[in-house]
Amino acid sequence: MSRREKTWWLIGGLVLVVYCLFPIAWIVSLSFKAPSDLSNGGFLPTQFTGQNYSDIFTGSASGLFLPALRNSFGICLIATFISCILAMFAAYAIARLDFPGKRLILTTALAVAIFPIISIVTPLFNVWRQIGLYDTWPGLILPYLSLTLPISIWTMSAFFREIPWEMEQAAQVDGATTWQAFRKVIVPLAAPGVFTTAIIAFFIAWNDFLYGISLTSTEAARPVPAALGLFSGASQFEDPTGVTAAAAVIVTIPVIVLVLLFQRRIVAGLTNGAVKG
Amino acid sequence: MASIEMRNIVKQYGDGYPAVNDVSLDIADGEFMILVGPSGCGKSTLLRMIVGLEDITSGDMLIGGKRVNDLAPRDRNLSMVFQNYALYPHMTVYENIAFPLRLAKVSDDEVRRRVTEASDVLELKDHLERKPANLSGGQRQRVAMGRAIVRQAEAFLFDEPLSNLDAKLRGQMRTEISRLQRRLGITTVYVTHDQTEAMTLGDRVCVLRKGKIQQVASPRELYEQPVNLFVAGFIGSPPMNFLPASLDGDRLQTPFGPITLDERRAAAVRGRDLLLVGIRPEYFEDASLVDEAKRPLGSLFRARVDVTEWLGDSQYAYIPYEAPDTIRDQLRELSRELDAEELRTQAIVSIDATSRIREGREAEFWLDARKVHVFDPQTGDNLTRDAEAGARLTQMATEDRVEQVQEAQAQGTTVGGGASRAGAA
Repeated sequence: MSRREKTWWLIGGLVLVVYCLFPIAWIVSLSFKAPSDLSNGGFLPTQFTGQNYSDIFTGSASGLFLPALRNSFGICLIATFISCILAMFAAYAIARLDFPGKRLILTTALAVAIFPIISIVTPLFNVWRQIGLYDTWPGLILPYLSLTLPISIWTMSAFFREIPWEMEQAAQVDGATTWQAFRKVIVPLAAPGVFTTAIIAFFIAWNDFLYGISLTSTEAARPVPAALGLFSGASQFEDPTGVTAAAAVIVTIPVIVLVLLFQRRIVAGLTNGAVKG
Repeated sequence: MASIEMRNIVKQYGDGYPAVNDVSLDIADGEFMILVGPSGCGKSTLLRMIVGLEDITSGDMLIGGKRVNDLAPRDRNLSMVFQNYALYPHMTVYENIAFPLRLAKVSDDEVRRRVTEASDVLELKDHLERKPANLSGGQRQRVAMGRAIVRQAEAFLFDEPLSNLDAKLRGQMRTEISRLQRRLGITTVYVTHDQTEAMTLGDRVCVLRKGKIQQVASPRELYEQPVNLFVAGFIGSPPMNFLPASLDGDRLQTPFGPITLDERRAAAVRGRDLLLVGIRPEYFEDASLVDEAKRPLGSLFRARVDVTEWLGDSQYAYIPYEAPDTIRDQLRELSRELDAEELRTQAIVSIDATSRIREGREAEFWLDARKVHVFDPQTGDNLTRDAEAGARLTQMATEDRVEQVQEAQAQGTTVGGGASRAGAA
């Protein structure tokens, strides 16, 4: 690549990064603006204030925000955990075993994933109310599983397919039962895949708004994205934008932390050196 | 340690294709058996049936006299080295070798003792704490072997263990495996498509073709008394030359002049029309370099040399010849089956490295007629095979083996022996 070309790539990359990150920077900047400062016409606040943050953690909005944060974490982690465990077994079976209906399972998973949520949320609302799941954690965990399981099964079966068959056969010859081979050899090798899947699943659950707003009514189970929409200003003439922005920044943090934390695991190909080299 | 017996083993895949077809083979206790053949001959499938990774369609598999057809791999107590080693990348070398022992719930002290012992044998001491990814190909290979020898398996199974190494390392590991097997005196089944490995390692070699056993014999017998064209063509490098020949009394008329057969072989081929005569490259020599005393034992002929290859210690000359179309097609078919694509009918001739024979010139060659074999072009059978002489060669190899194993056991150097005593205590 010539110097000229390199420069153009660099400029192109910068433009792209700025374009992608601009809304986020805007949100961050908004979160530091006082309500009166919101429409100052400038990108940066005239005066930085932590008012919005103290509002959502200790002030007027904390009653709405903090339980929602707890709900979001709890529900999303449980949903992710369950979906990873289930997907691990399903993906292993799909990658390793030959059984009738294998394709059917994969296509069904795909069909579920592409099914629009909005079309099932109304019947679900009625059913949940009838059977007492409305406004409860399980009432959200279950629909979240339907969101996360298909993608988990798909990504994990791709990871499992990458693991050489011989690994498992070697373990079996070495005296392992199928379960031991799975637990001691396949699972550690699949760990990067499981992590990646877990993170994707967590994001999907974390980002959900539609189920969150439709299937909850109180702070018993309402997740953050739904709560964000319910913020209001101090009076009806005051704009809650600053508080919403601050909450949005806060809910972005776990996502960023997760990615930074597991970046290496996600990227690392653990199978390196397993076979010939 | 145990013997392995196979009785009429058949492996049929879903589409009805028999990958292994009616194989019966007895592998004695402590024997080094090679399964060899071109790709797709069923040798790996057979090995995987022994270890239990592949179901047996019909027939009986006995290990140590016990029928194991329905046993899972872990219950057969065999150890196997895979072609790509199949090391566990998330474990250190130490844990890789210790893995079978950990599964068997051996105590930590015992594990340490045995892993140390195995790593001493394989010179892996300095690498025990490393991960497989950081090892060279040869080291990985040794770790895979360590995992195999660390526990007291009934037999070792090798599935083309050297095919991923470069040529130099392959030679070293070959002698290493041979030494190890002799030292441990353990029954070994070794799959390869490399005839050099087959010849150098095996007490006996089983040549497979399309799922059927062609011949089971010592390397020497295979080389000197092959049963058919396939075995003759497969064993030996460079391969045996097959020349078309017609019978003229007791003499064979070949493109390289007449060959006179002795009484026994002449009787065996009498009354046939078109034949194939198999001559190993080293039965030829540059006529000018042949002793006067040896000269009458063979015949002389002149031929134009196409190409010569000088290798320092030896020299090969390529001599093209004409063959009838039917023979040509058949030879081509055979070479395809042997994974070699022979485009022209030519003889490869080994001549002395000092020979001054040059490319493109005509030269005089001497052909030793004493050991040539004559094959039936239709069936491929060796018409002049001396079964008794062959059996004698294999018998000798067997005696050698028994002697070596006894010697090894007398010295008490076996890893397994030490381990079993400690295990019992």
